[in-house]
Amino acid sequence: MEVAKVENVTRTYKVGEVETQALRGITLSFQSGDFATLTGPSGSGKTTLLQLLGCLDQPTSGQVFINGREVTHLNRDQRAELRKETLGFVFQFFALIPTLTAYENIEMPLLLNRQNASARKERVMQLLKSVDLLDHAHHRPDQLSGGQQQRVAVARALASNPSLILADEPTANLDTENGRQVMDIMQKLNKETGVTFVFATHDPRVIKYAQRVITLRDGLLVENNGTEKKS
Amino acid sequence: MFQLIKMAYRNLNRNRRRSILSALAVSLGLALLLFIAAILQGEIQGSLQTSIQLESGHLQVRAASYVEEKSSLKWDNLVANPDQLVAQIKTIPEVKVATPRLFASAILNSGNHSTGVQLIGIDPLSEANAPYTQSLVAGKYLTPDDQSGIYIGQPLADKLNVKVGDSVDLEANTSNGDVVDQAFTIRGLYLTHTPTIDQSVIFMPLAKAQAITQTQNHASAIVILLKNQDEAQSVAAAIKGSGYQVLTWQKMNEVILTTEQLANGYMILIYLIVLAVTATVIVNTLIMAVFERTREIGILAAIGMKSRRIMALFLVEAGLLAVAGITVGLVLGWLICLYFGKFGFYIGNIGATGFLLGDRIYAVLTAHDTVELTIVALVVTLVASLYPAIIAARLEPVEALHGN
Repeated sequence: MEVAKVENVTRTYKVGEVETQALRGITLSFQSGDFATLTGPSGSGKTTLLQLLGCLDQPTSGQVFINGREVTHLNRDQRAELRKETLGFVFQFFALIPTLTAYENIEMPLLLNRQNASARKERVMQLLKSVDLLDHAHHRPDQLSGGQQQRVAVARALASNPSLILADEPTANLDTENGRQVMDIMQKLNKETGVTFVFATHDPRVIKYAQRVITLRDGLLVENNGTEKKS
Repeated sequence: MFQLIKMAYRNLNRNRRRSILSALAVSLGLALLLFIAAILQGEIQGSLQTSIQLESGHLQVRAASYVEEKSSLKWDNLVANPDQLVAQIKTIPEVKVATPRLFASAILNSGNHSTGVQLIGIDPLSEANAPYTQSLVAGKYLTPDDQSGIYIGQPLADKLNVKVGDSVDLEANTSNGDVVDQAFTIRGLYLTHTPTIDQSVIFMPLAKAQAITQTQNHASAIVILLKNQDEAQSVAAAIKGSGYQVLTWQKMNEVILTTEQLANGYMILIYLIVLAVTATVIVNTLIMAVFERTREIGILAAIGMKSRRIMALFLVEAGLLAVAGITVGLVLGWLICLYFGKFGFYIGNIGATGFLLGDRIYAVLTAHDTVELTIVALVVTLVASLYPAIIAARLEPVEALHGN
């Protein structure tokens, strides 16, 4: 099943009088269960493409589809609703809310989805267990290591059972061991839950985990290797 | 909602000192407003009650042609057979006291000192004179048959350099326009702490006042005190007869009541100025918070928090600051008003025309002012915090995630 698709998307940024084309017409699709990386040098358009897939930004031209629905022209609140129900994010800078505990950070998407208290608790505990952080449930981000914080972020991304998780440089701020742990967990969750993962990275340690490697350069798709999962 | 409140509380706790100072701005603003409102209320109500007790009463019955400013003593301008009218008025159940009084202009001389005064002829036994009898500080009060005694304010005695038992010379107008001159003995001194009265009003028994002003069996007014001042209009209507004018306390104290209305108008301006200052502090705090937490706002937006919920988060933070500030402000304002309600503060003699002010103002904090100011403080704070809340809600997730 096709989870996400971009068709001939472009994205142009204008800073003062200078226009920069971050994406120059890309067509790509991701299937349910994909474990794919977007790679390429800095400025190649990886993060921009990830932001379009995550409905955090809108293309200058072209179309974006999530679960078969065209989302290109959704308004701000409709995009927020879509992200809440369908998408999960893992960012380079861990991106946890510093005043909330690990438990509460993971619980946040469930609260936004108005799940009842007992269902929330069960789901959060399950996720804490799956990222091996049950003992740290009530620790705040500043009481966790970088690797632990990123695992909390992974658990939070999975909380609402999204179809697609987008990770932007998820290991960039981690040492080798923590980076490996985070990737192992994401790979395990991909296999167990079938959720689609798309990473933007130029870290070879991450790329080697991917079933599919998509290479961008100067806003263009230059390589699309590996297997697109069919369902 | 509970989660929002929890998040808002924790966010405020991140920079506790800043949050406390912001809430304190609301507290001080509200306490200041409560104090101003209480002082204003104390001044207006104090002046009104002083005027009613010492001067106007709740109602006055006068001859239709009587003009207060002229203190006319012509018989046509006075109430004839006042005792008869008083007896009729006393039959009205709402009336507590009714007493005739005669007002005349006079000059009091002692040695080289001389001063203009208002002479009031009174029935010394009437309850209506209680504020004066209770203000006795030296000598004794008047008796109805006293033919040569007067009762004057202590500051007036000081001004004339006289004391109880001393003789003074009184020059008074008469009904036919002459001036008579007669010696009187100071029987007693009073001190009402209302400088306008204490420095210029002297009393003598009505019969004697009528005798020297040649206004036999006439009075300038029948002064009436009611059991309930709210019934002034209905009692006035019951008394009204041909040849009389009946003035209510509202009519006789128009200056005070008009001033109260004007003061209430100015108070709104003062409310807004003080609250604008406190609201600026809150807005400043929240704008700083928005800039400091831009990335977090981006994260919340990324995981699906809608704009209005992000806005609500900041409004709840403002609400918590306001509630904390208002709670402390109410306690602080109440304590200040309690102190100044008990001890007041000395203002000396600043009586203006139409105003009878005591030499102290006492704070009177009303429930109406307290509730009104609390609501206004809360609403102004929340309305002001809309601006930073809207800034937060309008941040684009992509830019916010990069901390822009």
